[in-house]
Amino acid sequence: MSKKKVRIIPGFGLSMGVTLAILSLVVLIPLASLVVFTAKMSFSEIIEVITRKRVLASFKVSLITAFVASAINAVMGVVLAWVLVRYEFPFKRLIDGMIELPFALPTAVAGISLTSLTADTGFVGRIFAKFGIQIAYTKIGITVALIFIGIPFVVRSVQPVLEKFDPQYEEAAGILGASRTKTFWKVILPELSPAIFTGFGLAFGRCLGEYGSVVFIAGNHPYETEITPLIIMSELQEYDYSSATAIALVMLATAFLILFLVNLIQIRNSKILKGGH
Amino acid sequence: MAADVKKASVTNSAVKAPPRSRSDMSAIHEDTKGSKAVRIFLILLSVFFLFVMLVLPLLTVITEAFKKGFSAYLEAVTDADTISAVFLTLEATLIAVAINTVFGLFAAWAVTKFHFKGKKFLVTLIDLPVTVSPIIAGLIYVLTFGRQSFIYPYLEEMNFSVVYAVPGIILATVFVTFPFISREIIPVLEAQGTDEEEAAALMGAKGFTIFTKITLPHIKWALLYGIVLCAARAMGEFGAVSVLSGHLRGKTVTLPLHVEILFGDNKFMPAFAVSSILVVLAVIILVIRSVVEYIGKGKE
Repeated sequence: MSKKKVRIIPGFGLSMGVTLAILSLVVLIPLASLVVFTAKMSFSEIIEVITRKRVLASFKVSLITAFVASAINAVMGVVLAWVLVRYEFPFKRLIDGMIELPFALPTAVAGISLTSLTADTGFVGRIFAKFGIQIAYTKIGITVALIFIGIPFVVRSVQPVLEKFDPQYEEAAGILGASRTKTFWKVILPELSPAIFTGFGLAFGRCLGEYGSVVFIAGNHPYETEITPLIIMSELQEYDYSSATAIALVMLATAFLILFLVNLIQIRNSKILKGGH
Repeated sequence: MAADVKKASVTNSAVKAPPRSRSDMSAIHEDTKGSKAVRIFLILLSVFFLFVMLVLPLLTVITEAFKKGFSAYLEAVTDADTISAVFLTLEATLIAVAINTVFGLFAAWAVTKFHFKGKKFLVTLIDLPVTVSPIIAGLIYVLTFGRQSFIYPYLEEMNFSVVYAVPGIILATVFVTFPFISREIIPVLEAQGTDEEEAAALMGAKGFTIFTKITLPHIKWALLYGIVLCAARAMGEFGAVSVLSGHLRGKTVTLPLHVEILFGDNKFMPAFAVSSILVVLAVIILVIRSVVEYIGKGKE
């Protein structure tokens, strides 16, 4: 594309000015204050905070639960996308609309509802309690809450790819004598995998930072069911801003790393969506 | 759409493939759908998963809310603290939607109608807030406006507090929903290109006329869609608001925070009663979302 020297459409100065002004006030200045505050801390001080046993334990809890929840959502997301794209059945539109519920329902509501559902006296918790499995106030409970939060991500990233997927490949595989199972693993899944990883990455990132739905169901026992955002929250309540900032830096770095990987995959994914040139 | 694609591909393969009888073709086409048993299993699995994960929690809110009868429900919902929480939630949501709409329109115009260096970087910055954990969003505002900040003395002089006050709640809400509207408009404007606006500008139309007569009709559904998403997230935001609120009853407590306080005090029935307000709002938003998406797709 040739670079335009003269701007024909009016409003560049105004729109750019308003954009940058609001962006600075809402995002840039607050983020800069995080940088300024970090600069005041020494490196050893940051290391001391983030290697505290309780903090390390929270990293472990957050990473494991977020990973398991996102993995379950990756599998269920493919199943849901497949069912919604390929099959016709009653109430399909309703189910399709329902996928978005975790985005629309406030996380605190989801949190208290899942807690009362999975507590030992709850509708679901009672069944599991018979087998000696406790859901609420354990890592399983945290995972359940994170599954709820992450449902839409994989479904919504796989759906458009599957819609554009040309059935000719499957027909060809069928004609060449491949079974349906083999066709799925060898033909369909490789094409879907960038979309699955994108959805998985987005869900994983969201789950790592999730707070609202988890605090109610987690029980928040130190070392056992305490997630990293909760540690930041309690440091803030004790006005220990340095510790909160140090832990937040680790979380931010992780979030950006995930985002970077997702972007790499997404570039490949958009090539597939546009026809795989 | 999908049916068209399928049809086209079937006729396509009929041209390329060696001649076959019609029944043969439909057998292969049927084969891409898989066996009936697999189909039924996958549908049942999906329905079961969504029922347990999405429908049951919703039903729980409603049954728990009415556990002690309708009058107890009414009492919880019309409680003075609940009413003030409703108003604060509405206030924060409306202001967040207004600011993000203005921002979204200007940002989308700047990003899609002009060429400039660092455009990708600008878009990344706009998207940044949703990738940040809500707790960290709260933290950065505490660091900016809190007691240890260098602007705190000036704020105090002006008698203006952000942390543990309503402005903080509004700022946090704006932050977590920041890219919601621009993100919906930018792809539509990018697909539309700049030809129509350029033509209008060359014929002497003013910027505002170009926007209202040419650009707005193209983006109106995307804009509405973005507003709905923004409103949904704004009214339900918990983490960031929780950091900045200070939980002063009747003053800085939004609906989700009010739910938290009630639940923490073991007032389960009132907590679910207040939650039911948010559930109703969420369902309304989902319905509007579906309708907007449906009409918007039809118009394209």
